[in-house]
Amino acid sequence: MQISDFFEKYKGTVQELTIGKEGKSVIIGGDSVLPFHSFEGTMTRLPVIAMEVWDAPPPENWAEHLRSHFGDVVGSPVLWAKKCVETYGAEMICLYLASLAEDGEVDVAAVAARVKEVADAITVPMIVYGVGDKDADTAALKEIARVCAGEGLLLGPLVKENLNEIAEAAMEYGHSVIAQSPLDINLAKELNIKLTKFFPKDKIVMDPMTSALGYGMDYSFSVFERLKHVAVLFGDDMMKMPIIANPGRESWRAKEAKLNEQHGILWEAMTTMTLLLAGANVAIMASPDSMKLVKKMMGQFTVS
Amino acid sequence: MPVKASDIQKKLPKGGKLHCKKCGFPTCLAFAMKLVAGGVDVEKCPELESDVKEWIIDAITPPIRLVTIGTGDNALHIGEEEVMFRHEKTFLRAPGLAVLVSDKDDDQTAESKLNKIKELEAEWVAIQLKADVVAVKYEGNKDKYLSLVSRVAQENLPMVLMSEDLEVLFAACDLVADKKPLVYPITKENIDAALPVLKEKGVPVGVRGQNLEEVTVITTQLKAAGVIDLVIDSSPKNLQDAIRDYTIIRRSALTQTYRPLGYPIMSLLPLQAEDAMEEAMVASTLVTKYASIIVLSDLNKDTLFPLLVYRMNIYTDPRVPLAVEEKIYEFGAPTEDTSVYVTTNFALTYFAVANAVEATKAPGYVIPIASDGLCVLAAWSTGKFLGDTIGPYIKKSGLEDKLSNKRLIIPGMTARLLGEIEDELPGWKVIVGPKYAEDLPGFMAKQASK
Ligand code: B12
Ligand code: SF4
Repeated sequence: MQISDFFEKYKGTVQELTIGKEGKSVIIGGDSVLPFHSFEGTMTRLPVIAMEVWDAPPPENWAEHLRSHFGDVVGSPVLWAKKCVETYGAEMICLYLASLAEDGEVDVAAVAARVKEVADAITVPMIVYGVGDKDADTAALKEIARVCAGEGLLLGPLVKENLNEIAEAAMEYGHSVIAQSPLDINLAKELNIKLTKFFPKDKIVMDPMTSALGYGMDYSFSVFERLKHVAVLFGDDMMKMPIIANPGRESWRAKEAKLNEQHGILWEAMTTMTLLLAGANVAIMASPDSMKLVKKMMGQFTVS
Repeated sequence: MPVKASDIQKKLPKGGKLHCKKCGFPTCLAFAMKLVAGGVDVEKCPELESDVKEWIIDAITPPIRLVTIGTGDNALHIGEEEVMFRHEKTFLRAPGLAVLVSDKDDDQTAESKLNKIKELEAEWVAIQLKADVVAVKYEGNKDKYLSLVSRVAQENLPMVLMSEDLEVLFAACDLVADKKPLVYPITKENIDAALPVLKEKGVPVGVRGQNLEEVTVITTQLKAAGVIDLVIDSSPKNLQDAIRDYTIIRRSALTQTYRPLGYPIMSLLPLQAEDAMEEAMVASTLVTKYASIIVLSDLNKDTLFPLLVYRMNIYTDPRVPLAVEEKIYEFGAPTEDTSVYVTTNFALTYFAVANAVEATKAPGYVIPIASDGLCVLAAWSTGKFLGDTIGPYIKKSGLEDKLSNKRLIIPGMTARLLGEIEDELPGWKVIVGPKYAEDLPGFMAKQASK
């Protein structure tokens, strides 16, 4: 017997996508095997971890653990982002547009200006993530795309209802987008088909929705895993986009995570690790301690 | 892939058309179906050539052997997995999480590790979760080791006996043979000496090779001697090796019925971690990546709970969401002024609400409406959680007669149902609750002071 007798034959390669601009960019994707199967094919690079920063102060019931790391900077997205990069070594920042969920009129121009300010202040590329309200997100992301022209941001989430407007703005100003669908591979594919009718295929990242340990992680795991199969085993062109996971915010919402710091750190780290095992190419994390654990695990892998 | 009854039938006499009934079944196909399902001996058909018999036995033997360690209710059943990926069907038998004790542990340490199995038992959506195996390792003090083995046996948990010294291994095995412990490791070096004894003992055997090829050589030799309840360890040095080895083990067995690797996997990799957090991370990865026994250096209250929930998550059957029964659940001592909370019957959702209602410290009725075990938003968007499913149930529930103040709290996520529900339930005060049940205690306190 030789173990190569049992190697899988692969048919597809996940698209490579560059986030950022010259001098500060990160490449994601590029794998043509199941995650971490470098023994039987090409795993071009390890997944990338982005750290989440809010553009408005998080609510009172935000996890104490996160406050212990970021309490001193929650008032300033610029300082928060700089702390992630300089103190915790973040490879990328994900700016979460929490301000869009605040009561009252949203000043879109101010939101966009703040994003630009963060982008200018940091040395790593950036993801900008809306709150999930499709109208508020559309208005804000369009303006952000314009104000941050040339930054090569990754913007999202685009959903069925608002994909045109945001994607057009992203295209005009040179950004990539995140297409989000609720835990269903058919819906994910449908969205990609719609989007690729006018938007470049190699500038799309899929967000199949993350749920945390104990709160649906198993669903996310299996949907991510299936998406990756369809891409690398079946070679489906409409499913070869890299995948993004959002374990940070989801995990720290769990009451188990809030009540016990160690549980919380593992809640996020395990959720993240699982989605990386299933095929996520980028994960957005919240706690530096959880990130450290995940990176330690990543240290046990080499690329091929 | 499991073999089909029709494929078996074709191998039966006259292409499965003899139908002589000597086997006790009305037709050859009926016999073939029973063979596939398990529970009948192929010998019952007197008309079979021996090579056909062998073919059939091989065809109906599951690609990954089912191995049982321990006895009684606590026994650990592992193996007989059917898929590489849980979305293809489901993972079937959750791995045993083993805690390691050794003769190097002082008595107190060993006792406390054993106690922690019980102490750290946890509950999740009304399901009890705990570590379930004890691995007892020999590290040089034979007398102490043997008495530790006897002590652990009293716990009635599945045991893994670990000793590099065969003589000590078998001495320990003799002490607790009736408990069906797993004896480990049988290696290339000790197999010749071990084999005659193993044939007699009839206990499951843990095989250790330095790599998959070596494992294959040992399992083949054991099987030829009739020792077939095996668990394998390919000694991976890191997660990358573990994923490679365990994937190949599972894949070769399932896709090519490669028998020499058709056994459950035991992993000692977590023991190499630098601290408890890392150990839990490694262990969780192994839960997902096919290990069936995972050995931990200790049980730690900060790390075990997430790992237990994790194992349950990955081994949840994706085809059936965990749901609770649709009925009225009472909390505290309800009066005629007790709030009624409505939600869906997805276990996670229901327990989030039930816990929150308990935390309000006031009595409450919680009603999970039958909604195919979906969360609130999914139930709403598929039409299972609407005014015309909620209203009639509450009307029929008899609560209207018990309450003078009819107060119904609905999930904040479905605020838009307010009007529909009010129309269905005249005389009720329908209140839109908070978005997350966790915020109910504060919310209800404010309501009360209004
Ligand atoms: C896991 C999941 C699934 C799983 C199913 C899980 C399940 N058993 O329900 C699967 C993959 C099967 C699934 C399928 C679908 N899903 Co889905 N899914 C999710 C996901 C990621 C998490 C849901 C979850 O488990 N939440 C945890 C539970 C505990 O939350 P909950 O029930 O809402 O309960 C909380 C609160 O509502 C509140 N609460 C509950 N009851 C009560 C009662 C009172 C009185 C109060 C005060 C509060 C309260 O407290 C609870 C704890 O905080 C969410 C997105 C997200 N992150 O939320 C999407 C989501 C719910 N799904 C969605 C959709 C659209 C679907 C589908 C219809 C789409 C499809 N793919 O076909 C299907 C429908 C299901 C079907 N028939 O097949 C949408 C719903 C959109 C909407 N209606 O606004 C969501 C929001 C995703 C999105 N943003 O688009 N989904
Ligand atoms: S005894 Fe054999 S040949 Fe006769 S009916 Fe049964 S299976 Fe068919």
